[in-house]
Amino acid sequence: MRLERRTHASPVALVVAPVAAVLATLLVSALLVRWAGAPVGRTYAAMLEGGFGSVFAWTETLTRAVPLILTGLAATVAFKARLFNIGAEGQLYGGAMAAVAVGGVQGGAELWGPVWLVFALMLAAAALAGAVLLLGPAWMKARLGVDEVVTTLLMNFIVLLGVSALLDGPMKDPTALGWPQSVPLAGELELSRPVQGARLHTGLFIAAALALALWQVFRRSVLGFDIRATGANARAAAFAGVPALRTAMVVAAISGALAGLAGAIEVAGRTGYVTMDMSPGYGYSGIVIAMLAGLHPLGVLGASVFVAGVLVGADTMSRVVGVPTYIADVIVATSLIAVLVATLLTQYRVRWARSTR
Amino acid sequence: MVPSVLRLQHITKRFGDLVANDDISLELSRGEVLALLGENGAGKSTLVSILFGHYEADEGHIEVFGRPLPPGQPRAALDAGIGMVHQHFTLADNLSVLDNVMLGTEPWWRPWSARATARAHLLATAQRFGLPVQPEALVGSLSVGERQRVEILKALVRGARILILDEPTAVLTPQESEDLFTTLGQMVAEGLSIIFISHKLAEVLRVSDRIAVLRAGRLVAQAPAHEVTQAQLALWMVGHAIELPERAPAARVGEPVCQLERVSAGSGRGRLSEVSLELRAGEIVAIAGVSGNGQAMLAELLCGMAQPASGQLRFLGSSMSGEVATLVGQGLARIPEDRHAVGVVGDLPLWENAVSERLRSPAFSRRALGLRWVRRGAAVAHAQRIVDDFDVRGGGLATPARALSGGNMQKLILGRALRSPDGKPARLIVAHQPTWGLDVGAVAYVQQQLIDARDAGAAVLVISDDLDEVLTLGDRVAVMHHGQLTAARPGADWSRESLGLAMAGAA
Amino acid sequence: MGDILDIVASLPFWVAVLRIATPLVFGTLGVLLCERAGVLNLGIEGIMVAGAFCGWLAVYAGWGLWAGVAVAAFTGAAFGLLHAGLTVGLALSQHVSGLGITMLATALSYYGYRVGFPKVSTPPTITPFAEMSHLGIPVLSQQTPLTLLALALVPLLAWGLNRTPAGLAVRMVGENPQAAEGQGVSVAVTRTVAIVVGSALMGVAGSFLTLAAFNAFFFNMVNGRGWVCVALVVFASWRPGKALLGAVLFGVFDALQLRLQQAGSGALPYQVYLMLPYALSIVALVVVARRATYPQALMKPYRKGER
Repeated sequence: MRLERRTHASPVALVVAPVAAVLATLLVSALLVRWAGAPVGRTYAAMLEGGFGSVFAWTETLTRAVPLILTGLAATVAFKARLFNIGAEGQLYGGAMAAVAVGGVQGGAELWGPVWLVFALMLAAAALAGAVLLLGPAWMKARLGVDEVVTTLLMNFIVLLGVSALLDGPMKDPTALGWPQSVPLAGELELSRPVQGARLHTGLFIAAALALALWQVFRRSVLGFDIRATGANARAAAFAGVPALRTAMVVAAISGALAGLAGAIEVAGRTGYVTMDMSPGYGYSGIVIAMLAGLHPLGVLGASVFVAGVLVGADTMSRVVGVPTYIADVIVATSLIAVLVATLLTQYRVRWARSTR
Repeated sequence: MVPSVLRLQHITKRFGDLVANDDISLELSRGEVLALLGENGAGKSTLVSILFGHYEADEGHIEVFGRPLPPGQPRAALDAGIGMVHQHFTLADNLSVLDNVMLGTEPWWRPWSARATARAHLLATAQRFGLPVQPEALVGSLSVGERQRVEILKALVRGARILILDEPTAVLTPQESEDLFTTLGQMVAEGLSIIFISHKLAEVLRVSDRIAVLRAGRLVAQAPAHEVTQAQLALWMVGHAIELPERAPAARVGEPVCQLERVSAGSGRGRLSEVSLELRAGEIVAIAGVSGNGQAMLAELLCGMAQPASGQLRFLGSSMSGEVATLVGQGLARIPEDRHAVGVVGDLPLWENAVSERLRSPAFSRRALGLRWVRRGAAVAHAQRIVDDFDVRGGGLATPARALSGGNMQKLILGRALRSPDGKPARLIVAHQPTWGLDVGAVAYVQQQLIDARDAGAAVLVISDDLDEVLTLGDRVAVMHHGQLTAARPGADWSRESLGLAMAGAA
Repeated sequence: MGDILDIVASLPFWVAVLRIATPLVFGTLGVLLCERAGVLNLGIEGIMVAGAFCGWLAVYAGWGLWAGVAVAAFTGAAFGLLHAGLTVGLALSQHVSGLGITMLATALSYYGYRVGFPKVSTPPTITPFAEMSHLGIPVLSQQTPLTLLALALVPLLAWGLNRTPAGLAVRMVGENPQAAEGQGVSVAVTRTVAIVVGSALMGVAGSFLTLAAFNAFFFNMVNGRGWVCVALVVFASWRPGKALLGAVLFGVFDALQLRLQQAGSGALPYQVYLMLPYALSIVALVVVARRATYPQALMKPYRKGER
């Protein structure tokens, strides 16, 4: 069996591929549902209902989607330049901590400046924290050739330990009855919730706006060209005059900043303070989102809603049908692999070895 | 009647829409040296790759020593007694000569490697054919000529009776080529049969018994070597008379555009040592030399990709430093050696590649909100002008650049370098192996473009390992060897012999 | 400082070091084998989880301990086969395929655990490997047989890579696949075998956690050890002997920080000590990177017969 590159992508394949991927995923997870002894139809129906079946379900899904959009964008911009940022999880927590450092207030104290100023500085601090955490590994790769996959992964552990130490110590909320959580964010800084009775917050609009902005930057700016060219062929890009080190650092700054903002917006929109478990792996999910989206910022919006819907739906379904919530992770992981295979098959034709006369 | 050791029948191979080999039938007799001649892209390498099992033919079959050859498996070819010396050596730099030679010669399930026996066998074979090697040396530390010896020994050690050599002299000095021909003679004396691929007419006439000419995938002619002339071969290769570029002597040689004074750069093999050179407007300087003697470093310096470690490098009077975009804007035109890997970003569309070097100039971008934004309209229009003026075929402006054929890609790169948005002609053209891998028509086109640019007042530097090209193009010629450059003397002052001697360092 | 010297001089410290190092040795050797063949395998973190779970499950179901290790190896091999199919067969991005497999293997294991044991508050236990007290050698007697296996594997793998025809084939496909193909060695088969065997080792690494170090399976058990192995391979310059050294060094720092915590050197929060091994891994990578001789074909997909 071998692969032969197609001269032009067949339009049939472009439609069939993602559909086939989805079907393959549903098939695999159906097997797992059967293994748990639950009825497949009812399980899927419950998941669909839980994720998308009502206005409330939609608000939950969209709330869950916000950090995914941001970490998805972070992964997209990095992977597009072939900077494999696996450290979004740590950058997210770093951003969250920076946000409460700027905007946190002890038990009802006064905010130290006008709301708009503190809010802006809070987001800036979060972006900066995330960016700084990635700039180190990115510089080590650009200058010393150290593989960024490993360094960003190891940074996750270091950052999370650091956050844990801060939550036990200087940033701890003394009024929180012994649970390690941070000083809460000032109430005025929290993002407003437009829908009565739902957790959906305006962070969604910030995330969507950033997706649109990134899309335009990729498409029409020289920086976008620099990123795409460097990711496709670094040597040719350098020859064309694309500044290699500067581009790498800008990419790292943007990617880290987006992940940092994910943390800040989660705090400002959903939780109000930082805890060790505020992120169930959003940083890693962001990578899946980016791949599902084909490294396209608009695709990230769609993929985030999909993954969020699966996660929220699985929570609801689990309470009703009893299948463990981990089915959601299986579905997401399987769909990633399925989509990759399907995309490949749109670009390549499979040729089976033939015997000659 | 001399027995036939190899028979190819009706071999056809397609890559997508391209028919690389079209119904080719060929025979090789024992002890014969058969030359496969054809210009780049004629299908020679494809044919022997099929023979060796790297590719599988779509139609046709092969018989070796009377037995059918299973297709698509190098192992089958090796077992049948076929050995191949690839054009781009298939050697692992981080492993030793012995490791490279031993690979695949022992059964995989054996728990120990019989290295001592293998080493002895390697040395004996090396002795027999006059190809000295050091078994424990790391391939990465060897010179090009030494690497080729290892590549040849890989085949001989396995007892190859049919040896395929794919463009073996492309990387050798004239003297090293002579040594190779001597070795070929020895192999024939030992009973081997040889297929020798080349596009160099003189060589082919010298070395082979019979010549087969391929053109556009078809076998167009076969004849004994002593019955044909170079002119006949050229006609068969190309199919029609080709307008060879005419170079009138340089009319008006003007001011120096670029100066190197005792420039040193790089380290190890491929470094430059105290190179001095002056490039003047309206003149072509051609640098001859076998690849790997510092040409790449020189090209990098002159393309704005590196800085000298010592010495002076000046462009238009001031030091040649700063960003590529600025240099290009001042009139630097660059044609890189590797069009696929460096010249274009294959995944990006034609139009983006056509303006890639000039994106940062006000002609194609404007500042807003802290970023530069591409002026798509202007960029696309400029790209279209290049495609039209330089006859770049192979798809619309939105097709990915990798879909272009070698010739069209080179025309795109040429157009990109020579055409500026404000219409000003290029001041300095740096062309590194500009016609490598192109068919005769494209070669003539590119060479003519360089001559025309010279007549329009540009200073042109051509780095080439093709002696004919150097002598065709160079108003002045210099030779590069071990990082040092001879003085650039008028082309008429050099002969092939003196050039060959200088290339080997014995000027 | 005196604390540290006291700790390092005691035998129980080195017992702990070897115990911590063992899964790292298996895992690093597994990654090493894959990378020498030219393929990055980021599935190790997930494969270790799967190996831990499946090995433990087999023993819980009544099979013997060594059977459990075999099951873990088999599980690893199965995921390795998937990774090989994606990266060798389909030439997909090795980074993404590996990360996808880590997610899939982890998710499947956690799912399986929850399906099998829905309402447990404390993880069900098994009887793990016993110490080899009959050996009579100081630090080794307190280890389990798996540690001996790990130590034996190091010279075995070194021999295999450097002195056998199969090992030469593996090294060659990692350096120049075209050269291997030209000598009649199938790149696809060689890489697949290397990945499958390497992943089996990763599965065994996971099983050590549930069958020797601890006696039950719980969430977040692997806790980044897989990623540390990926770092250690670079530190080891892709050589088995140095891989052992790296694993032991990591074990030293990990055991040290635990004991420093216990000794109550209360100046620094405990998290700082936990950070040490990871931070030092990064430092080691930087130091080694300057001189790293990568297998030249690492991470470059190879498609036979492509123009």
